[in-house]
Amino acid sequence: MAEFEPVLLANVGKQESWTRRVYEQNGGYQALRRVLKTMTPQEVVELVKASGLRGRGGAGFPTGVKWSFLPKDHPGPVYFCLNADESEPGTFNNRILMEHDPHQVLEGTIISAYATGASVVYIYLRYEYPLCLKRLQQAIDECYEAGYLGRDILGSGFSLDVYIHRGAAAYICGEETGLIESIEGKRAWPRIKPPFPAVQGVFGKPTVVNNVETVACVTHIAARGAEWFKSIGVPADPNNPRDAGSYGPKLYCLSGHVNRPGCYEAPLGITCRELIEHFGQGVWKGRRAKAAIPGGISMGLLTAQELDTPLDFSSLQKVGCLGLGTAAVVVMDETVRIIDYLYNSCRFFAHESCGQCTPCREGTAWALRIVDRIRRGRGRLVDLDILLEIGNTIGIIPGTTICGLADGAAWPLKNAITKFRQELEDFIRRTNPQGYMQSDPVPLELHTLEH
Amino acid sequence: MSNGKVSQEQPARVLTPEMIDEIRSYFSRYPTRQAVTLPALHVVNRHLRWVPPQAVEEIAQLLELPPAQVQDTLSFYGFFRQDAPCGQVRAWVCRSISCALRGGEELLEHMCRRLGIRPGQTTPDGKLTLEFAECLGACEYAPCMLAGEELHKCMTTEDADRFLESLGVQVVQESASQK
Ligand SMILES: Cc1cc2nc3c(=O)[nH]c(=O)nc-3n(C[C@H](O)[C@H](O)[C@H](O)COP(=O)(O)O)c2cc1C
Ligand code: SF4
Ligand code: FES
Repeated sequence: MAEFEPVLLANVGKQESWTRRVYEQNGGYQALRRVLKTMTPQEVVELVKASGLRGRGGAGFPTGVKWSFLPKDHPGPVYFCLNADESEPGTFNNRILMEHDPHQVLEGTIISAYATGASVVYIYLRYEYPLCLKRLQQAIDECYEAGYLGRDILGSGFSLDVYIHRGAAAYICGEETGLIESIEGKRAWPRIKPPFPAVQGVFGKPTVVNNVETVACVTHIAARGAEWFKSIGVPADPNNPRDAGSYGPKLYCLSGHVNRPGCYEAPLGITCRELIEHFGQGVWKGRRAKAAIPGGISMGLLTAQELDTPLDFSSLQKVGCLGLGTAAVVVMDETVRIIDYLYNSCRFFAHESCGQCTPCREGTAWALRIVDRIRRGRGRLVDLDILLEIGNTIGIIPGTTICGLADGAAWPLKNAITKFRQELEDFIRRTNPQGYMQSDPVPLELHTLEH
Repeated sequence: MSNGKVSQEQPARVLTPEMIDEIRSYFSRYPTRQAVTLPALHVVNRHLRWVPPQAVEEIAQLLELPPAQVQDTLSFYGFFRQDAPCGQVRAWVCRSISCALRGGEELLEHMCRRLGIRPGQTTPDGKLTLEFAECLGACEYAPCMLAGEELHKCMTTEDADRFLESLGVQVVQESASQK
């Protein structure tokens, strides 16, 4: 780990790192020039496929494979949506890239659009990133001036326009089909798939949705090659044909109870403990970690005993977490009560559920009411089983909802209750000595409805 | 109407020519008019600090949509206010996990107490609308607050007091630190 040189964050911290001048001084836009001069779009798709790059937005889908799902010889237009809605609690790596190195993001975006035959890019930018808006728009303007955007880019015959589309503070707009609906001017209700966006996306046209960090990786794959990218990270397990490996550098976000929170770049596959100890300089106040969120709040919980789990695309599932997610680690020290973590998580998902699927809308709302009641000292042991049942039955994994928000709501419930059951039972017994054994229906007035 | 007089019931128009031009400037970016809904709402909201029902009518006219369709989209996002304009400054205090672990909820509660309002409300002098936010994407600076376009990092209750003071907003309860 010591000899690893940051690539994605290489320019961060340099003076005026967000300007085209500084970006070009450090070799920026050379990859774009070379790609446009020497490669066909199909060759770029093959290059990205060969690199093993998997999407950084949460689902980890192989990027080159996604691009190859676009229909061949479509009359167009094809759209490319850059997902800059970054709203998963704990996550801020896209913000760092856009604020400090927007040209790196744009170079990757232009190369990706070229590869996919897109003529228009919409950058879906969350409302709460005003500095990103400013820096991105400046960078876009600079690109038009330099001929990296607009008609006939660098004489290649390829033309591209990039527009920023501002969100309005709704987490669900990060889900790729919610994002598409939101661009179309509708409420951001995720779509039932298929059809997938590659076939029928925004305005009914073939569409690719990729995360900001994903396209930043594309910039470096184009510059340094697929072999270089594949030399970093964790190779695919040869005994598991379904493992697509965890290649390349990754931006890990670290927050919560650590001495040095921040965004750190490391090869995919460092362990949670390495991240906390090496980069975060340990748990704050000389305390010990009790648990950690491994990849944004949707991914569930690692216990203190599970902190040696590698943060890659395949290891987290082995300890019961949902996955790597956004690789945003949130550390909780020994003073944190699991019931408070659960309350925070349930409140988030109840607030952000788009309400379209009944299991998600009702499940997240009732989970919050029950957790809130437990927290106020009116819990019953049977509530834990009810919560677990909600956790086990909402989401695309059990097959009851349209999008993955419900899985994200389910995992914190499932992990907390299975991994910290004793603590939760003790809490219920201690705070509700008269009623913890009851199992009759709970009167509605014991549920507060305001959160 | 036929004699050229404006009927009494006709509500005053709220979109200025400037706003209309701004909204029209988005037309060429999208293949449909409906896609300009969110940009149009943002334009109006930036100028007026709310989107009154009359503005919805006028946006719908510009975009050639039924007003209900614009209203449907607007109401999906809790972001756009229709009851009253927001304060001169709109501030969001993060309540999500990384901030909550470092005192975000206490920070919000502290500000609410000092102002005598609940999250989502505006101070009586119209200077500040205080809201909770879910993760602001600045978790390394927890607990944090976005006030207008400015991110306030690693906030203490003293920082919050100084912020309120800088706005000259009316405070109903002295903070403990000033007693
Ligand atoms: C509820 C929900 C929220 C999501 N939010 C984001 C987000 O903010 N940013 C993002 O890139 N992907 C988000 N995703 C994942 C996207 O649906 C999609 O997989 C991703 O943008 C694809 O890009 P990638 O392949 O480059 O990762 C979200 C998914 C779900 C289910
Ligand atoms: S799972 Fe939840 S957030 Fe996703 S579409 Fe259904 S109701 Fe909406
Ligand atoms: S949790 Fe507060 S900014 Fe992310």
